[in-house]
Amino acid sequence: MNQTATQAGIVPSFSAAATSNGVPPSEAAGRSSAVRLRDAAKTYRTGDIEVPALRGISIEIPYHRFSMVVGASGSGKSTLLNLIGCIDAPTRGSVEVCGEGVGKLDDDALADFRARNIGFIFQTFSLVPVLSAYENVEYPLVLVGAPEAERRRRTTAMLEAVGLSQHAHRRPNELSGGQRQRVAIARALVKAPQIVLADEPTANLDSETGAAIVQLMRRVQEESHTTFVFATHDPHLMSHADEIFVIRDGTLVEHRRGDGRSDA
Amino acid sequence: MKLLIKTAARNILRNSRRSLMTGSAVAAGAMAMLLFGGFVAYIFAGLETSNVQRIGHLSVFRAGYFLFGSGNPSAYGIDDYRRVMKLISEDPVIGPLLNVETPTQSLVGIAGNFSDGNEASKTFLGVGLIPSERDRMQQWDEHGTGQVRAPDHRLSDNDEARGLVGVGLARILGLCHPLQVSDCPAAPERGAKVESPKPRDDLVGLAQLEASSSVEKTDKAPHLDLLGATAGGAPNVVSLVVAGAEPQGVRELDDNYIAMHLALAQQLVYGRGEHKVTAIVLQLKHTSDMPAVRARLKQLFEQNHLDLEVRDFGELAPFYVQVVAMFSTIFVFISLVMGVIVLFAVVNTMTMNVMERTNEIGTIRAMGVRRSGVRSQFILEGALIGAIGATAGALLGVAIAALVNWAGLSWVPPGNSGAVPFRVDVLKHPLLMSITWLVLTFVAIAAALIPANRAARLSVVDALRHV
Repeated sequence: MNQTATQAGIVPSFSAAATSNGVPPSEAAGRSSAVRLRDAAKTYRTGDIEVPALRGISIEIPYHRFSMVVGASGSGKSTLLNLIGCIDAPTRGSVEVCGEGVGKLDDDALADFRARNIGFIFQTFSLVPVLSAYENVEYPLVLVGAPEAERRRRTTAMLEAVGLSQHAHRRPNELSGGQRQRVAIARALVKAPQIVLADEPTANLDSETGAAIVQLMRRVQEESHTTFVFATHDPHLMSHADEIFVIRDGTLVEHRRGDGRSDA
Repeated sequence: MKLLIKTAARNILRNSRRSLMTGSAVAAGAMAMLLFGGFVAYIFAGLETSNVQRIGHLSVFRAGYFLFGSGNPSAYGIDDYRRVMKLISEDPVIGPLLNVETPTQSLVGIAGNFSDGNEASKTFLGVGLIPSERDRMQQWDEHGTGQVRAPDHRLSDNDEARGLVGVGLARILGLCHPLQVSDCPAAPERGAKVESPKPRDDLVGLAQLEASSSVEKTDKAPHLDLLGATAGGAPNVVSLVVAGAEPQGVRELDDNYIAMHLALAQQLVYGRGEHKVTAIVLQLKHTSDMPAVRARLKQLFEQNHLDLEVRDFGELAPFYVQVVAMFSTIFVFISLVMGVIVLFAVVNTMTMNVMERTNEIGTIRAMGVRRSGVRSQFILEGALIGAIGATAGALLGVAIAALVNWAGLSWVPPGNSGAVPFRVDVLKHPLLMSITWLVLTFVAIAAALIPANRAARLSVVDALRHV
């Protein structure tokens, strides 16, 4: 797979895309963190009951690293990823993504920001069912207005990188769970985003397929140097991470680096 | 945009049964609107044709006649009408647009049949006309309704004494048998004949006086004695040779109608005085020229200081206007009902689509699609369902209309004396087709707006959590 990705020219295309997104890699590299949350809290209201999901969390996620947010179910991982992914706003505190204080952006600006800078990989794959694998992967490039030739080149290369060239014209319902998640990975990476957020991407897969998917993401991350934030409740996956953030009851309880150093 | 259309089309096909049901509702609506609209258009064309054949497009009267003149036609006659007709026909604007220009004389009086033992009399409404020009007027068929009548040889420009009566009047005056009118019962025999007082100085006497002095009855056709009043108020009598009876559709007219040669009508109304006419009837080649000709006539009369006014056939035959208004109202009502059905069908379908695709909406929003993009997606789907349904409905409507027309059905419209073909004119009215298509597609778009807005307003997080 590694060889395939290299042959497909994925790495150079990622660099070009990053430049086109307006945040050159060198500039991005110059900043200390891809994500910075300061005392970010999120409380959901269910009728008269307030349920705190995040209780004032401060976190910095570095660029170009494969970061993992680990915690039990209900610990606040998904809420944290939603704040980082700019699809939810904190009740309190601030969120800065790629140097942009996203709290001041309106809905359209946030949508554009997500289209340019953030790729999502969901637990349930969430592919558009009426589009083929190829069209699903191409979708984010259409959103950023990439020219057709560029779209074709990148989409083809990306599908090849995830080993799905042969299935490019199949609809999601004609693919296995593992293949769907590969399509989702290709879709998240095809526009060369600053950050890729993966929320429990292996939860709906068997352990073997799940492990293969994590390895694929890890490899692609290494080749593209994209910032990955991977949320999981499975401690066994921590071995793949450069940075590990352990969340419990909406609070960051530990930040550990892949080399074993710990901040908390 | 290409992606938007592709996604919309595939989503419609994905829920094929639901889309088919909704599209069928739109198609049924389009078909109903087109078929009824086509039928109404045919009725309008038929009514317009029969009116224009009978009374032309425009009638020129002496000012005031329309409101007051029917009670005293002789006082509201157009002086020197031949000069006015020449002025009109030679006008460079009006001339080329004219099909027929003909004078007519309206009159009222009493018609009596005192021949062959009859002693029946009846008030009548008469019209004096030039037979050949009436025949030419009845050839007008701009809309191709097929209502053209063959020339009526019973009347002739050269025989001023001949005329036609309504079937009702023929029955009342005992002319059914001599005229051999079908469906026209003769009066029952009465036991004892009532003796009339003698000597008589009434209508019989006048008729005998008139008969001995003027008209020589050369044929065996029955004749009527017509009593009228001249412009000076003096009684006047003429004899009319009844060449036939023709049904008038409306009973009130049928029981009173007499058509006669213009010269005879003028003789009755004006006697030995100046012969005028009540109206100059203008039949145009095309109805659409009516406003222009009317405006030009007004200008022409002002320039020549003529105290004349112009009325169109809608003013002279309010029945036409009433029928048009009634059928237009029914058409609007049916269109509204169809529109509401389509509206609810599309709202229901699109609401279900939004509910089923909530997670997909969350996904594409997370990927960077704006709210407006989500809204456009669902509106486009509604529009496509509407457009496809309306197109299918239009095609079905055209096919059914062709079938109905091919079947050769006929019916008797209100106010008509005879059956006419039952037709549905759809293809002749591209505007009707276009408007029906546009209205239903627009309704489908409007119906999709509500669920589309709901989809666009969904919270991304909530949508992603939706199972």
